[in-house]
Amino acid sequence: MLRRLTSPGRAAPGPAPGTAPGAPGDPAAPSRRALLRGGAGLAAGAAATAALSGCGSTIAQGFTGGEPPADRLNFWNPFTGGDGARMVAMQQEYEKAHPENSLRATTFVWGNPYYTKLSLATVGDRPPHVAVAHLSKLPVLARAGLLTELPGDALAGQGMTPEKFDAKPWRKSHVDDRLYGVPLDTHPFVLYFRTDIAEQAGLLDGGELAGIDGPDEFAAALRAAKEVTGAFGGSVASIKDSATQFRLFLSFYTQLGGRPLVADAGATVTVDLDAAEEALAYIRRLGEEKLIPTGADGQAAITMLTTGQAGFLMDGVWQIVAVLDSKVEFDMRPLPRIFSDAPYACFADSHALVLPRQPKRDDARVDLSLEFAASLLDSSRLWAEGGHIPAWLPTQRSAAYRELTPQSHYTEAAEGAAYDPVAWYGGAGSNLQINVGDAVTAALTGRSSPRAAAERVRSELRTLADVESPI
Amino acid sequence: MASTLGTGAVTPDRRAAGAVRGRLTGPALIAPFALFYIVFLVGPLIYTFVAGFFNGSLLRDGFGSWVGLTNYADVLGDAEFWRTLKHTLWFTVLTTVPLVLLALLLAILADRFVRGRWFFRFAFFAPYVIPSASVSLIFMWGVLADQVGLAQDWLKALGVDSPPSWLGDPSWAMWSMAGVTVWWTVGFNFVLYLAGLQEIPRDVHEAAAIDGAGPWQRIRHVVVPMLGRTTTLVTVLQIVASLKVFDQIYMMTGGGPDGSTRPTLQYIVDTGFTDGRTGYASVVSLFLFLVILLISLVWFFLVRRAEKES
Repeated sequence: MLRRLTSPGRAAPGPAPGTAPGAPGDPAAPSRRALLRGGAGLAAGAAATAALSGCGSTIAQGFTGGEPPADRLNFWNPFTGGDGARMVAMQQEYEKAHPENSLRATTFVWGNPYYTKLSLATVGDRPPHVAVAHLSKLPVLARAGLLTELPGDALAGQGMTPEKFDAKPWRKSHVDDRLYGVPLDTHPFVLYFRTDIAEQAGLLDGGELAGIDGPDEFAAALRAAKEVTGAFGGSVASIKDSATQFRLFLSFYTQLGGRPLVADAGATVTVDLDAAEEALAYIRRLGEEKLIPTGADGQAAITMLTTGQAGFLMDGVWQIVAVLDSKVEFDMRPLPRIFSDAPYACFADSHALVLPRQPKRDDARVDLSLEFAASLLDSSRLWAEGGHIPAWLPTQRSAAYRELTPQSHYTEAAEGAAYDPVAWYGGAGSNLQINVGDAVTAALTGRSSPRAAAERVRSELRTLADVESPI
Repeated sequence: MASTLGTGAVTPDRRAAGAVRGRLTGPALIAPFALFYIVFLVGPLIYTFVAGFFNGSLLRDGFGSWVGLTNYADVLGDAEFWRTLKHTLWFTVLTTVPLVLLALLLAILADRFVRGRWFFRFAFFAPYVIPSASVSLIFMWGVLADQVGLAQDWLKALGVDSPPSWLGDPSWAMWSMAGVTVWWTVGFNFVLYLAGLQEIPRDVHEAAAIDGAGPWQRIRHVVVPMLGRTTTLVTVLQIVASLKVFDQIYMMTGGGPDGSTRPTLQYIVDTGFTDGRTGYASVVSLFLFLVILLISLVWFFLVRRAEKES
């Protein structure tokens, strides 16, 4: 809340007796004038200094739109926390290998604010040279004309050829058969489980969870774990976390063979009401039978697993670091196949490196940018420690990655990746995730019936689709 | 007032020259601010008004194409706009009432201390100087957090088994936001009231006391009426500030859970900057501007009439 400070004196009734305002001889007058002169001088001095020293500074380039030096690479990413630390380490590997270039990395808050800044900077002709974008957002950015198409030969020149990428994220990096991104990873929504609790509940078969596919089978496994923990069977974030609820819903909905939620780049709503209701009814069932909590936030959901109040956790792979830190016995696997109406599916997204549209085409800088992208791919084992499945096959198939456990136990989930529906209001951290997720939360907690929640999903989507696309 | 009569001694000539200079001095002194005002306030306002007739987009150059009054019709028929406006007004009620009454109460109490008054003035004003980001962090991760937050701990100590999720439950989140705002900003109104209290002459108190008025009667019939103008100022500033709420809600709940705390200002940011619909966001801004203007005018009109009647 911004508020201008008002002098308390103004509230005092009546003028102070004996002084006319601004009376001549007021000792404050000359000193104020001197102050103004001094202030103007200072401002002029500061401006001159900025103009002289500004050529190399990013701020001055922001004002003038001037090109930075040829060896400068501006890189934007939305990674904080553990991912942020690993990204910094990967950048350091690049800097070690290419000390002649100067990399300037900038980190922003994840989600809508990041994409708003990226779009505005590009529209305003002040884009970074390389940026991280979610593949769920890539089609929108590309259709808005904000991305540079990546030339295949330049990519091959840096050793990045199609057969070296995981097929699904590689295909998703294309829009209308043109390549716009270098995929870095796939990060699916998976199942964490406590091996000690699963063992006690008799769910382990040779160290692996067995017989948890199917609606009743998974519920039975949760119930068995609940009897061991005495609290809940599994946990999932439901409050202050509509994105997680959306991921849970999209996973089940896609397994049910539901059509994409929206089509025509978001202009038409095509949600399958019956499939949505069935998915929501199952989520409600887990909540109603108290197999999963209905009032845990993101942190609490993880804490329940690590403190033994729950034997399972349904969450994104990126939470692995928090679970590892707790030093409990646990393992991970893809989200179970609850419904068999369609090929296996679980929510997933991917990070990719994109080249925002530059005011002037500059092949040398494209090469510099792709060289950086290739360097990040080569360090993607480091990235995989944070839970992400490398899209770079030389890393994904390496022994070093396979030895990384439990990170390598859910690699096949990448094949079932169900990305966000393509819409200008969709993608990572978008309004679509938030609004649909809110409806799912209402179903989980029992505030709405599954049918009402499914109808709300449709009406939320219609509201979003009715808006004229800004692209 | 005797001292101002001294100016009568200057000659008529000098007075005429002085008058010309005096006439120019005012506008000249205002000019820098006026320029600033035109460039950064009037200009954008006109731009906003014009943009409201176009379907502009952040991702395209220029105003976009002319759509006439479509944006106006859409905003008036937009359930989410009305919902956010309701949140804004509800937040204003939830904060203005306690922020005026509590500030008055604290000021009256603090005013009774002769020694150590500085301490209370400091203690009550201190939260106000904390930046909104710090306040949000303190309450998000400290006081109102789930499981580990102080507020839940206290309730558990009092025997409440499952205290609400203060920021996660749609029926509590707005109350939590109002509580945080009251704690954070009461100091500002408190200082205004304290200044007002110190303007009340001692003899009025003494006269009332001699006439047999007890402490409570003195507060009700002497102090509160004499603070009338301060109360007007405090209330108007508070209403306007509350209608413009954004920072703490954006940082602590992001308008959630389930959109239950999203104020109109955030709706403007969401439609304008996230969705990139500049024309639409312009119209929403204009409506919010009108609402704030209207409420301020109504309040001033009521106060003016009450003052005339008394």
